[in-house]
Parts: sequence; structure tokens; C-alpha cells
Amino acid sequence: MELILFSFLAIIAVISAVVTILQRNPVHSAVALIVCFLSLAGLYLLLHAEFIAAIQVIIYAGSIMVLFLFVIMLLDLRKEELEQKRKLSLRVSAIILMLILVFEIILIMNVNILTGKPGIWTAEQINAVGNTQVIGKILFANYLYPFEIVSVLLLVALIGAIILGKRKIE
Amino acid sequence: MVPISYYLILSGILFSLGVLGVLFRRNILIIFMSIELMLNAVNLAFIAIARSLNSMDGQVIVFFVIAVAAAEVAVGLAIIITIFRNKETVDVDEMNLMKG
Repeated sequence: MELILFSFLAIIAVISAVVTILQRNPVHSAVALIVCFLSLAGLYLLLHAEFIAAIQVIIYAGSIMVLFLFVIMLLDLRKEELEQKRKLSLRVSAIILMLILVFEIILIMNVNILTGKPGIWTAEQINAVGNTQVIGKILFANYLYPFEIVSVLLLVALIGAIILGKRKIE
Repeated sequence: MVPISYYLILSGILFSLGVLGVLFRRNILIIFMSIELMLNAVNLAFIAIARSLNSMDGQVIVFFVIAVAAAEVAVGLAIIITIFRNKETVDVDEMNLMKG
């Protein structure tokens, strides 16, 4: 049962990723990427990561891709003529390198024994407390410093985006 | 129980598709979307390994990756809009101001 769900979501993810990189119209690419993110959220649910699945849907599919669509509509790219392909030598070498990359990744990832140090959070322990509570515990205890740094980073990105969006700098 | 290597292979395939998108396309918005695809492939690998090693650190790191990706998208799109205002094109092969 889990295998059927996994294959279904994985096939949808791969097909929508292929559609994303091959479509001419950027709006179609953005919608295909949203489908890919939703199927990835389903895969996170299969891996018992409910909080991250919810965050993926809310933030990635719900605000980052909406921002992309805003910019695509703002730039009004539908009037551009069909984009030309890149040089043939670049395309052929890109395909060859991608095949080598996929082959290497499959070779390395085909391990069933990971040699990391196992942690303590088994599925039963997580379900006893709740996934979000466990993430909160670890985030605010072990990862407090990165958390504060990320808030400063978001502030800097906010200021940067506003400044870059202004038309004239008086 | 799905073996963890299936998730890692799927993550590898999605990452390679993202790389292909960056190298193949000329439209800078599609290149940017392929970068997001690569980030999501890495998120999947993090969560899969976190599940298999009974650890929660992977999920916390994914939380940070998503936050950083959101910040990067905001600034990157602002840069794209600025470039578009000046050059009226989103074709990366036209952005050759620094070409020797």
C-alpha cells in the first residue's frame, strides 16, 4: 500500500518536473512546478513529516510560486516570441552530463545501510508527543542560534527586495 | 515500508532534472524555477535520511532551507524585475554587458 502511494506520487513528481523544464510558456511551467511541490508534500507525509508537509504546501506552493506568477504576469512575457534553443553543443553536453550525474547518484544512493549515527526519535516516540512539538523542542533548544540568524536573513531579504523594487532612488 | 534508497534515487532524479533545466533554457524565470526544483530534491533527501536514522535534525534543517529559499526567491525576483526594466528582455544570452 505504501509502495503504491510512493510510486504514484513519485511518478507525478517526475512528470511534472519534466513538464516544468520543457514547457515554452512560463505560466505552464509554474503550474507544473506547483504540482511537483504538492506531490513532494505527499511524499513528506509518507515519511511521517507532517509539519514539513504543511509548511511545504503553505510556503512553497502557496507563496513562493504565487510570487513567481506575480512576476511572470508583471513582466507580461506572453508577448515575447518563442525563445530560441541554446547552441547544439551546449545542449548535447548538458544531456550527457545529466546522464552521468543520474548514473552516479543512482550508484551511490543504492545503499540500504546508512552509516550515520542513529538518533533517538523513533516513530512511536514522535507520535507520543506530536511532530510539531518535537520540531519545536529541537528548534528552540539546539538550533536557537540559526533560528535567530534566519530571522535577520529574512529581514535583510525584505529590505533588499523593497529597495530593488523602487523605480527611482531619490 | 518503502526502502530509503527509493527516496534518495527520486531525489537524485529530481536534482538532475533541475540541473538540466538550468543548462537548457534561456528564460531566466525557468532557470530560477529549476533552482527551486533542485532545492526541493535536496529537502526530500534530508527528510528521507532523517526518517531512516530516527532523527529529527533533518526536518529542522529542511525548515531552514525553506526559509532561506523564500528569502532568495524574493531577492532574486526583485533583481529580475530590475534587469527587465533596463533591458526589456529575460533572455540570459542577452545579458552580456560584462563580456570581453
